[in-house]
Amino acid sequence: MATTTEPAIARSAKPGTEPLLTIRNVAKSFGKNPVLRDISLEIAEGEFLTILGESGSGKTTLLRIIAGFESANSGEILMEGERLDLLPPYRRRVNTVFQHYALFPHLTVEENVGYGLRVAKASKDEIATRVSEALAMVKMTAFASSKPAKISGGQQQRVALARALVNRPRLLLLDEPLSALDANLRRQMQVELKSLQREVGISFVFVTHDQEEAMVMSDRIALLRMGELEQVASPREIYSHPATAYTAQFIGHTNLLRGEIKAGIARCKSLSWRVGLPEGQALFSLRPENIRIVNSERAPDVNAVSFPGRIQHQAFHGATELLQIICDDQLALSVRTATRENWQGELRLEFLPSDAVLVRESPERG
Amino acid sequence: MFSRAYRTAITLPPMLWVVVFLLVPYALLFCYSFWSVSPAQTIAHSWTLDNYRELLRVNVYLQTLFRSMWIAARVMIFSLLLGYPLAYYLSFHAGKRKDLFYQLVIIPLWVSYLVRAYAWKTILGSDGVLNTLLQYLHLTKHPLEFLLYSPFAVVLTLTHIYTPFAVLPIYAALEHIPRNLVEASHDLGAPPLQTFWRVILPLSIPGVLAGATFAFVLSLGDFLAPLLLGGPSGIMISNIVVSLFGAAYNWPLGAAISLCMLFLVVGLLFLSESVEKKWSFR
Repeated sequence: MATTTEPAIARSAKPGTEPLLTIRNVAKSFGKNPVLRDISLEIAEGEFLTILGESGSGKTTLLRIIAGFESANSGEILMEGERLDLLPPYRRRVNTVFQHYALFPHLTVEENVGYGLRVAKASKDEIATRVSEALAMVKMTAFASSKPAKISGGQQQRVALARALVNRPRLLLLDEPLSALDANLRRQMQVELKSLQREVGISFVFVTHDQEEAMVMSDRIALLRMGELEQVASPREIYSHPATAYTAQFIGHTNLLRGEIKAGIARCKSLSWRVGLPEGQALFSLRPENIRIVNSERAPDVNAVSFPGRIQHQAFHGATELLQIICDDQLALSVRTATRENWQGELRLEFLPSDAVLVRESPERG
Repeated sequence: MFSRAYRTAITLPPMLWVVVFLLVPYALLFCYSFWSVSPAQTIAHSWTLDNYRELLRVNVYLQTLFRSMWIAARVMIFSLLLGYPLAYYLSFHAGKRKDLFYQLVIIPLWVSYLVRAYAWKTILGSDGVLNTLLQYLHLTKHPLEFLLYSPFAVVLTLTHIYTPFAVLPIYAALEHIPRNLVEASHDLGAPPLQTFWRVILPLSIPGVLAGATFAFVLSLGDFLAPLLLGGPSGIMISNIVVSLFGAAYNWPLGAAISLCMLFLVVGLLFLSESVEKKWSFR
């Protein structure tokens, strides 16, 4: 009845097709400090994969290993079956959009974008055509002869993107490219970047610490925690079926219910519901929006677990409100509701057993 | 914001400093350059352009000035050729030894200039370290005479002394290059050598200009190295000024030459600054 038995870590995107990039058992430590441990991941042709993690999770290091700025201590990286990790960065068909853009300050926007083509000794005509195409693609044609210092952060961002894409890489790496932009521009760029990726069809590996950004843009999210992959799955899958307590908490809000399963019944404090799971200790993730308030207009669901609760706190979030509920004086729960009214005192609440997702404890690391 | 008394208190010392140590001496220099020496060997305080005419008329002054510039130019070039690779290594490849190497570049600056010039004298002399070694190895039969008391000795000594002045601004410029620009260049397909030519060198030009200016200007005005190691063929313009203010007792002519040098140097500084501005991008 509850939770899922699907494989929690889907490391390959489309089974049966040859992946573009294969990361195999990559490990890296700086001195005695392990940063990445045994990372295996595949990236498909045309895929938008986000490496999501907190600061210090190793996400940027992983990206730098793919780009060739760092070398792994063990493991290997293959691009279309060929060893990529043995090549120096300037021989890899991978381009990077750096966190702070890293535009060359002594070159104009145009010269920046044409840098890779000039290095590759493309003909003058070809450089001119491709540079103007790339500038048009990111809507920066008007700034072709400006120096980077003269344009805004968002514009530098676009130039950095054009400078990378003009080389037609097999894979584009983006290291928190939107982190320096303000919230509105950032949301706009998320949409633009995503549609640009669809348009050019190049695989993107996008690094971010922002789970919302990851959800909006990605085909798949690889969640990294302290140097290990916690879960790799599509945004919907990772949200609705988090494999671990950490995933459930990091991606969206959740209520973690610690309880016990005995004879097909899960028990957590005063709550109990039927499950088809083996006996023993169990940890469930229950999203705040999956707990509903029962009132006179809405008939109780016959399958639902119903329980009384008392309002502790109510926080207004615009489209939704977040309520802090205490159930039988012992279980604190967050409840997200769309209704905008002042809730008072005792309430009747319910949730469907299928929304209580069994998750693994996240092991201690470090 | 601040009281009048406070503002006066902090403005006065620097103003005094500028007046006493800069404006008054320059004004005196300026006046002297238009005065003359009377037959009775006193300074005649009547205005004349004779000193400047003399300067243009007597070949030795201009010749010495050009020789000084040529020596300074060579010192500048050698300082940059030695200093750039040193600064580059220090900034990009010294790793943990960076601080140590940096100190090693600085330490010679703490040693008296005179000591370092004398050291070269003992190395380059006829019975010096270098000649003894060359003869011991049977590479030469007689001491090499051109080593000491020649423009060569002056250029060598000044290069040794002023190379740190070239290293430091170049090093500072290289340290200011964001390392992600180097990575971006590699990322876009440029191997290390191309990255150097296309990114690192252009971005370090302001430092190179500053270092070149230091080496050239300091060498141009030098008088100890030519005095100790230059010999008759290695005389520089400052030696003439020194003798005019000393034994020759012609302060007005000395002042005129000094003023010309001053304008030359100030002009050079302005030029290098304006070129430097063109090459800075932030």
